[in-house]
Amino acid sequence: MSATRPAVDDPALLRWAAVTATLLLALAIFVLPLAAVFAEALRRGWEPALAAIVEEDAQAAVRLTLLVALIAVPVNTIGGIAAAWAVAKFDFWGKRLLVTLIELPFSVSPVISGLVYVLLFGAQGYLGPWLQANDLQIIFALPGLVLATVFVTFPFVARTLIPLMQEQGREEEEAAATLGAGGWDIFRRVTLPNVKWALLSGVLLCNARAMGEFGAVSVVSGHIRGQTNTMPLHVEILYNEYMFVGAFAVASLLALLGLVTLFAKALLEVLAGRRIGARA
Amino acid sequence: MTVDVENLVRRFGAAAALDGVSLSLRQGEFAALLGPSGSGKTTLLRILAGLDFPDQGRVRIAGVDVASVPARDRGVGVVFQSYALFRHMSVAENVAFGLRVRPRRYRPPEAEIQRRVRELLELVQIPELAGRYPEQISGGQRQRVALARALAIEPQLLLLDEPFGALDALVRKDVRRWVRGLHERLGITSILVTHDQEEAMEMADRVAVMERGRIVQLDTPQALLEAPATAFVAGFLGEATRLPLYIERGIARLSEFGLDDIEIDLADGEAVLFLRPHEVRIEPAQASRAVVRFIRPEGTGGTRILAETGSRIIEGISHAELARGDACRIRPVSGTVFHGDGTTHRWQRQEAWAAG
Repeated sequence: MSATRPAVDDPALLRWAAVTATLLLALAIFVLPLAAVFAEALRRGWEPALAAIVEEDAQAAVRLTLLVALIAVPVNTIGGIAAAWAVAKFDFWGKRLLVTLIELPFSVSPVISGLVYVLLFGAQGYLGPWLQANDLQIIFALPGLVLATVFVTFPFVARTLIPLMQEQGREEEEAAATLGAGGWDIFRRVTLPNVKWALLSGVLLCNARAMGEFGAVSVVSGHIRGQTNTMPLHVEILYNEYMFVGAFAVASLLALLGLVTLFAKALLEVLAGRRIGARA
Repeated sequence: MTVDVENLVRRFGAAAALDGVSLSLRQGEFAALLGPSGSGKTTLLRILAGLDFPDQGRVRIAGVDVASVPARDRGVGVVFQSYALFRHMSVAENVAFGLRVRPRRYRPPEAEIQRRVRELLELVQIPELAGRYPEQISGGQRQRVALARALAIEPQLLLLDEPFGALDALVRKDVRRWVRGLHERLGITSILVTHDQEEAMEMADRVAVMERGRIVQLDTPQALLEAPATAFVAGFLGEATRLPLYIERGIARLSEFGLDDIEIDLADGEAVLFLRPHEVRIEPAQASRAVVRFIRPEGTGGTRILAETGSRIIEGISHAELARGDACRIRPVSGTVFHGDGTTHRWQRQEAWAAG
């Protein structure tokens, strides 16, 4: 066939209108605000923007953000794989409940997620007195930030893997078992390689959200400058203090981190697509 | 390797997929589990492979009770219905899998694994595909890979779950004979699950016909055709015309089908008569309700005729010249009677009586 014609022949005008409307909408709600962030940061040139980023408290916020992501993302990667594996490959009592629970962080406001941890671990919380007696600090400290981030970003890996693993079924795993493979060998040699591209994409999304999370982290952080302020919180503080250039400079850095992650994900998808295409 | 299954029961919820199955296979035997979908044949296969577990009953492979032996330690080769090849591995890697996952003590050195893979791919006649991926090869080739992969672990028992279903009809017949030949050469015990009676009858030494979680008959293909144990078996195997009838004082009335009444020396009651095509003679007749509808040559002499009488189509053999549309007489000469009381009988026309 020389020319491919779509089977459904929509009127050209309708098609054109739909595409234009989508592009305009994307421009208005994605591109323009992002451009505004960068424009605001550079309003007085490069130097003030750069100064706001290399400033001590900003650097502390960057380090803390990366540290939180560095802990939360691996935890959620392992947890997500375990959850997806359990849901897709086994039948057990309470499976539906587990699937619903995995979605909980998406449906509950992050602020509430943060509050729950304060209620549990805060000075007036259920475990507060015990924690104080044992000199353990969770709220207003790194453990609290990590807990809140892990909670909010848990669904990303699990939700990417579950549909794919369910679609792939259990047959390959069963074949591996009859060939003499044990549980770990089956997982390492069969299950994991079959989902590796989806897994990477889920991990990157999880990472982007972990670095950008505001609500839950805000509640448990305590906003101690240079100590418990992550980048999003630092942006808020600067903004509230009318230090717009600084706020937008740090925001630009944060946005850049997110964009890099997103491009890495897109690149992965192209690579994965080419790999599959090359074999077909 | 011998296989002994005793009184196996497997329930899924309230429904019993296996309802008291017993089966005994000899070393080197090729057996088929034949039945419609939902008859429990795949469940039985999965239990033998260790992928599912019975609620009751016992499975012994080579005399050993395997109740507590997991799939990975059974050494049973399985060819899955969809082949279940590892999609991210090349053909050679697929075949090598069973050797590579062995505990280090029993794992052959890499050079030996390579050699074995080459050997196996030659055995299944696809050495040139070693470097390809499953999605790059045809269904028939995938099936050979699945077989080579299962044979790599040197199983003494080979389970084949509808392995020919995904092949087109032309390839299927060749592959069947080839697999059967391979079975002879390797001397392993094989069990084939299928819903295709032709496949089961052609390949297996013995066929277990399954119906609703039970084995209704386990016998040679010949015996199944000649002496089916139940009406289900008779209907499922080979071609047959099924006539419900009522026996009264030794006579079964067939006039509603346009046939002469026949003499059956059985108790009064309802029964079902199964007639294989070669058990029915079709003869030319002057005035008859029966009409020839379809004719095709029969290899063994005579012609195969489909005759319509009343609302029924009856298949038989004719040695006379008949054309489509001709009136004809349908004369059963023998058949199998399944009496309403559960008993089975062979019926033979008494020539003296028939002549009269």
